[in-house]
Amino acid sequence: MITPYFVIIPLLAAFLIPFVAKRRDTGAVLLSLAAAAALLGLSAYAFFGLSGETLVYRMSAWKLPIGINLVLDAFTSFMLIMVSLVALTSLMYSVKYMRRFDRDWRYYSLFMILVVGMNGVVVTGDLFNLFVFMEIALFAALALVAYGGQAHEFEASFKYAVMASISASLILLAIAVVYSATSTLGLATISLSLARQSPLLVLWVGGLFLAGFGLKAAAMPFHAWLPDAHSSAPSPISAMLSGVLIKTLGVYVLIRLFYNVLGAPRLFLDIFLGLGAVSILAGVLLAVGQWDIKRLLAYHSISQIGYIFLAMGLGTTLGMAGAVYHMINHAVFKSLLFYNAGALETALGTRDLREMGNVSKLLPVTSGTSMIASLSISGIPPFNGFFSKLMIIVAAVQAGQPLLALVAVVGSLLTLASFMKVQRYGLRGGRPVEKLVGHVDGAMKTAMIILAVLCLVTSLLVVPGIREVTLDPVVKVIMDKTAYATSVLGK
Amino acid sequence: MTLYILCFALFLVGLYGILTKRDLVKIILSSGIMGYAGNLMIVLFGYRRGAVYPILEKGKEAAAMVDPLPQALVLTSIVIELGVTALLAALAIRLFQKYRTYDITKIRRLSG
Repeated sequence: MITPYFVIIPLLAAFLIPFVAKRRDTGAVLLSLAAAAALLGLSAYAFFGLSGETLVYRMSAWKLPIGINLVLDAFTSFMLIMVSLVALTSLMYSVKYMRRFDRDWRYYSLFMILVVGMNGVVVTGDLFNLFVFMEIALFAALALVAYGGQAHEFEASFKYAVMASISASLILLAIAVVYSATSTLGLATISLSLARQSPLLVLWVGGLFLAGFGLKAAAMPFHAWLPDAHSSAPSPISAMLSGVLIKTLGVYVLIRLFYNVLGAPRLFLDIFLGLGAVSILAGVLLAVGQWDIKRLLAYHSISQIGYIFLAMGLGTTLGMAGAVYHMINHAVFKSLLFYNAGALETALGTRDLREMGNVSKLLPVTSGTSMIASLSISGIPPFNGFFSKLMIIVAAVQAGQPLLALVAVVGSLLTLASFMKVQRYGLRGGRPVEKLVGHVDGAMKTAMIILAVLCLVTSLLVVPGIREVTLDPVVKVIMDKTAYATSVLGK
Repeated sequence: MTLYILCFALFLVGLYGILTKRDLVKIILSSGIMGYAGNLMIVLFGYRRGAVYPILEKGKEAAAMVDPLPQALVLTSIVIELGVTALLAALAIRLFQKYRTYDITKIRRLSG
């Protein structure tokens, strides 16, 4: 029974760190790195060892209508791999980056609590438990956004906290409505019970969930907090927030609820399509005009989340494969881009693209990996972004939505335009830079190189033989819709 | 039915406060009101008219008891609410130290 360890390991690490760390942060760094590596190993084992089965862990051995259960299926372990991968590289990157503040163990403790929250949301099979884990992740995220202690960081964190409290209230209201209608809180039992209720109830519950978790995923009308929060946080945390937090708390929960619990009602899929199309275009248009590199990247997160929403809304197998594939690809290249931005900020002391210049000689690793990441996010072959966007566009055409396919193509072109701007001004500009104010150390470079290699490696997931063992089991879990309930209840 | 509508009205009061108030402290209070409305709604859903406390004794039927689970949920949710409020208040204090004001229209270093 490995399921509870995805929560136990980071939680234990978070509370052991204060004991092992005295005045220096060495103990905290080693412990958190070990925990993240263990999680990565465990989640890889869960994904490849289970081969499509569903593993149910009953807490305190209570059966479902009464107890809380943890569910480990292909989709869950796929998300766990994503979280632990980004967490591990982000911790490697943090060691040098965070020493600008001081050698503080509290950062690593909060980081581990953030991982607890995300892993918990992903593994739990209970609605209220999901709410609690979501709040744990948000508390840690809010504290980490404000970690630098500057005025604009508190401002961003406050904005994020107010948005989070609105969405938490909406989700709590939705949970109340679900509980009063079904008298149960397990996702599987809710799914069975809702199928027998009036369709009006599904509308009511679905609307509240869409607003609540849509705020977390930052699709277009709910996006206002994201650019501030993601650009004000320290770079490794921006990578965690943009790379995995909006996906676990937003997209994962929406897919789980709307596909596996509510059975993919057509009305909500159409809403996903609309939100996706608006986010793709508006996100990228706002991004083109930005001069702060991290703000530009944050707006691109909205645009890329739009692609995932669009693919979710198509409701076809290929579309869902595109959504899942784009999720992991976005986690890889967006984290890499935030590491690049952090490295540039460390080396040049500025985040404004206009004040940067030609750094390709002085920072070969940073400029090389940022070129790879820019090509990936703009969808240039042979990098991973090309294949997932192609999958989404083909799925849109097949589903009879050529207009949406056009939106996706235009969004991709505008993405290319804005990253040409980053390359032109930020890394290969006309003005040569003579000396650097800070040093990018080996661990930061390693983290960037690992993700740059993964940008190429994940494009292999599209190869049929590899796709059958990686993406297809995940898509099967999602597209089987309410078969989730029967496999969890074991009937 | 009236109770549910009043409860929802309380929720909307909180939402209105968050969206329109300019003072940080009032925003925090509004978010609290919204949270209370949610909690109240959960407790209301567990309420049954004329029912007794939910302890199973000899000669008592489970049907005539209020639902105990929402009360447990609300306790958890109140604790979370407390944490959020404390965090918001801490952030408001730090913002005041930096900007010397509680007015959000004057706290605008981030925009666009």
